[in-house]
Amino acid sequence: MAKTKTAYKVPVLTGEIKVPKVVPGASAYEKMYHGENDDMTALGFPASLEDGWETKAVGIFKQLLTHNKALKDYMDICVRCGACTDKCQFFLGTGDSNNMPVGRAELMRKVYRYYFTPAGGLFKSLADAEPFSERMIKKWFTYYYQCSECRRCSYYCPYGIDTAVITMAARDIMDGIGLGQKYSTQIINKVFKIGNNLGIPPAALRNTLDDLEEEMKDATGKDVKIPMDEEGAEVLLVPPSADFFAMPHMESLAGYAKVFYKAGISWTVSSYASEAANFGMFIGNYKNTKEINKRVWDEARRLKVKRVIVGECGHAWRALYNYSNTMNGPFDFLDNKYRQPAHICDFTLGLIKDGVIKMDPSANDDKIVTYHDSCNVARASRIGEMPGGQFTVPRELIKACANHFFELRDGANRAQTYCCGGGGGILTDEVMNVRIAGSMPKMQVIKEVMDNNGVNFLALICAICKTQFTKMYPLYGFDAEMVGGVHQLVSSAIVL
Amino acid sequence: MPSFEFSGKVIETDDEGYLQNLDNWNKEIAVYLANEENIELTERHWELINWVRDYFMKFQVAPAIKSLVKEVGKLENIEDKKEANKFVYELFPEGPAKQLAKIAGLPKPTGCV
Repeated sequence: MAKTKTAYKVPVLTGEIKVPKVVPGASAYEKMYHGENDDMTALGFPASLEDGWETKAVGIFKQLLTHNKALKDYMDICVRCGACTDKCQFFLGTGDSNNMPVGRAELMRKVYRYYFTPAGGLFKSLADAEPFSERMIKKWFTYYYQCSECRRCSYYCPYGIDTAVITMAARDIMDGIGLGQKYSTQIINKVFKIGNNLGIPPAALRNTLDDLEEEMKDATGKDVKIPMDEEGAEVLLVPPSADFFAMPHMESLAGYAKVFYKAGISWTVSSYASEAANFGMFIGNYKNTKEINKRVWDEARRLKVKRVIVGECGHAWRALYNYSNTMNGPFDFLDNKYRQPAHICDFTLGLIKDGVIKMDPSANDDKIVTYHDSCNVARASRIGEMPGGQFTVPRELIKACANHFFELRDGANRAQTYCCGGGGGILTDEVMNVRIAGSMPKMQVIKEVMDNNGVNFLALICAICKTQFTKMYPLYGFDAEMVGGVHQLVSSAIVL
Repeated sequence: MPSFEFSGKVIETDDEGYLQNLDNWNKEIAVYLANEENIELTERHWELINWVRDYFMKFQVAPAIKSLVKEVGKLENIEDKKEANKFVYELFPEGPAKQLAKIAGLPKPTGCV
């Protein structure tokens, strides 16, 4: 039976973020569905948990420690100073000590000490070491999927421990022994089989794009096109597939299309590389991450484009911007006059600054806008040429498109941004209470600007953030239409 | 695999109650699934259920929300997109992407939706 709205625990918004009373196990009841056999095997994992998994898990763990020096350091160097404890939105929302970043990481460190340190093997309890057991792996499966890999805790860690690396490693070990998460593995399999997370085949994609073209024609009177699989176009645009399906995501797709139309730059989307998202990164699996990433560059070669531009998707930007070159580069077949890949916000802002396109910000005068920094953009990448461009570029673009803009509170945005509560592969309904709990800190600061400044529009550049906030807003009593993309603002403001 | 019994037949579903096999769907099962969602099916619901099923048969995926809202606009003579959207949510309060798909016997949409 489906969970109904009434079963959800929605916090009251006061505008304040308080450290909750610590209750170990408070959110142990929310668990992911297990990966389905077909999806698991398609990704190169065992179909399900088999006897003797403990030995296998130790083997994978050992390999990871050997190949990922950072992981080994993160196992060794934590001094349990506690700086991270109250920095995680999932701890703040659930009060579960296993969701304190150090608490979550300890689930792995205990096992690490048992197998990989001399003291851990000899003096178990003294060294706080524990072998793999059914109890332990259940805890891993629960709590490493109550982390959104947002790295807010890492920002505050005096040792610079990247806790997302720990979560990713834990998920990779679990997948390697056949204990997968349905949501991510199903999605990755769809990318391999059909080309995108949503499983939209080429004919359906073309049909959807035709509908959107028609709508834009009705609204603007202009023939704004969305070309697909067009060989020789200058730009290959790779958006998250949610832009082809969901709302408000598709309003941003209309925004991109209008920018290309007005700038007179030929472009195409691809039915093969119809997905910017890369859930391989979420499950911490190098091989899958690389395979998904490769699709974009294979298609860029095949379509003979000169530039690759990435749509509004947070972790996709990280996966494509940070890792493409080492995973699937070099890209000397592209025109290296341009940044490869480029972020759509960088592209659009550049055209505005060069006077190629013009915005009429009064078109968005009904909106009082704020902006939420998405984790993987804010803390893991850059946009444009300048350091900090991941903060300035989207803001400059918003301000070019809207007259009324207010920042969220310091300490809760930019590099210190709270996650929306749905990132890192947990945007799935079976953990809705965790998502609601995790959204609480960000919702509190949004409530603050709603109350103080009348903010009525939350601008985003991430498909996950868009879906998560669109789901959260009504639960907290706000209209879902107050959430949208930065290119939704572009779409309204661009002078065609 | 989760399942439910219907007219003496075992109907398999996924973890969240979406039918595993499209062919197991019939109108009675739709009524049953709608009931589970606290929805009483009216003619307006049926128009959309039939339309998304046809769409799925043709394209192997459910229609984009915008396309659905556009279809509703046509079917119900609602010109304003926002009004059409509201209309869809009145019929399927938990959202058309998931709730309508479930009642229509289609798989749950995956991805960032």
